Amino acid sequence: MERKNPVFTAFIYVCALLLAAVILAPLAWLFVMSISPAADLAARPLRWWPQAADFSRYAQLLSTAENSAGAAFTSSLRNSLEVAGMATLAAVVLAVPAGWAVSRTPSVGWSLSMVIATYMLPPVALSVPLYMGLSWLGLLNNVFGLALIYLTILAPFTTWLMKSGFDSIPREIEAAAMIDGAGLFQTWRIITLPLAAPVVATSALFAVLLAWDEFFYALLFTSDQRAKTLTVAIADLAGGRVSDYGLIATAGVLAALPPVLIGLVMQRALISGLTSGGVKG
Amino acid sequence: MSGTWMTTRAWLLMLPLLVIMVAVIGWPLVDTVRLSFTDAQLVGTAGNYVGFDNYTRMLTSSNFTRTLSTTTWFAVISVAAEMVLGVLAALLLNQEFRGRAVLRGLMILPWALPTVVNATLWRLIYNPEYGALNAALTQLHIIDDYRSWLGEPGTALGALIVADCWKNFPLVALIALAALQAVPRDITAAALVDGAGPFNRFRFVILPYLAGPLMVALVLRTIEAFKVFDIIWVMTRGGPANSTRSLSILVYQEAFSFQRAGSGASLALIVTLLVTVLAVAYAGLVRKTAGSAA
Repeated sequence: MERKNPVFTAFIYVCALLLAAVILAPLAWLFVMSISPAADLAARPLRWWPQAADFSRYAQLLSTAENSAGAAFTSSLRNSLEVAGMATLAAVVLAVPAGWAVSRTPSVGWSLSMVIATYMLPPVALSVPLYMGLSWLGLLNNVFGLALIYLTILAPFTTWLMKSGFDSIPREIEAAAMIDGAGLFQTWRIITLPLAAPVVATSALFAVLLAWDEFFYALLFTSDQRAKTLTVAIADLAGGRVSDYGLIATAGVLAALPPVLIGLVMQRALISGLTSGGVKG
Repeated sequence: MSGTWMTTRAWLLMLPLLVIMVAVIGWPLVDTVRLSFTDAQLVGTAGNYVGFDNYTRMLTSSNFTRTLSTTTWFAVISVAAEMVLGVLAALLLNQEFRGRAVLRGLMILPWALPTVVNATLWRLIYNPEYGALNAALTQLHIIDDYRSWLGEPGTALGALIVADCWKNFPLVALIALAALQAVPRDITAAALVDGAGPFNRFRFVILPYLAGPLMVALVLRTIEAFKVFDIIWVMTRGGPANSTRSLSILVYQEAFSFQRAGSGASLALIVTLLVTVLAVAYAGLVRKTAGSAA
């Protein structure tokens, strides 16, 4: 800290390099695999850097030609976008009024605590009735059905984030608007929501990341290209008979790109969101 | 405005959320309880009431006890390693050096990487014929022959734990770093002046600030690790010879692979109960830590 001991400084730099290598090496290798010719990946000793970078797998996966690996991949990409979009929108629409209500009327807070406590439930505790219910509604293998189920994960989380966001907006500002004759919804529109916009955006991004990452329910409740999400498509690739490991790596890179970009761009907001949960409990 | 109207309005605003939560969480949970006392199949027969048969059968099966111990090992070792690595990384990131901001930014990458992609990546790294781990270790002459890291009961669970730690220790590090930055500089400076060594400064000056946030991270990570499904399913499906089968995977197999909805439900509730007990015990611990740290 305050010491300027050169040995200590060198030690710090060695540790920092080590940490950077631990974080980056697996990620870099995923990318290298995606652009290495199949022969390089099967070579012994393994070729750590391709003789010629080969981006053809990206074109292959993003093509929409019928019955190709690309068709399966692009449809799962579309399904993931649709499910994450719908579930996030629904979660935010539910979370804004509920989060505000708990923030301004603490006496109803116990109901939110109950909702949040459901985080402890393993998804397997709900999966059998959810499967039967979706089947009864004809919503198995359906993006709407899956988005509805994702609310079990997204809605409690976004409500909790919204509640802490509203907590930091002084109620005096709202009270002033109301004294001037504004109704509840008008007050929200003019005062509260503009002030809460960053929190709404952060909650929505968290929700998108959670939905994009979800695997268990998607594995159970989808069965073909009409609803399979990216995570299931990648697990299929990883566990299937694909002989080109580079293709699996390419699918991984493409699936990781959106959340990783969100993570890097939103770093500050995400870290404060993550740590406020950790620090405040 | 009167208090009753405020409360009524609050309930009205919460109603949509609560209705959805009852539909997708409340009802399924109650129905799982009902199913657990029947011999229902996943598709077809509604099943008959069988009392506690499912519970006694599941609890006494060797599958359950073995899976419980596998899950516990996975949770204890991976969470402990994540905590230690996370705190060490946070202590490092709290030092001043060039490139610190970049390194801190990199820490978000494993956290943002989807779990399934992480599992797939490590599955490729551990590949017995072409994997990077085998290649690196043979090229460095640490091992003579390629090994099947995920294919042998002796190494599969350890390999999974490494993959899980890599993804999750950066989150612990970020939480710990935020707590470290809340430690007032003059306190650490005063301890230094008073002649406290690095270990004592960590133990008596810094750790009290870390304890609360770390406890919360510990609780959340332990619950997550106990419920683990995704990473194991993608990397090993619980194999080889069921050596990496977690409780969630056992429930999946019972309810969906074998379609025994009734016994699957009873097993799911046993797991839920275990996680709840764990969480309640931890919650007490958190309150104690928060009390003593303040």
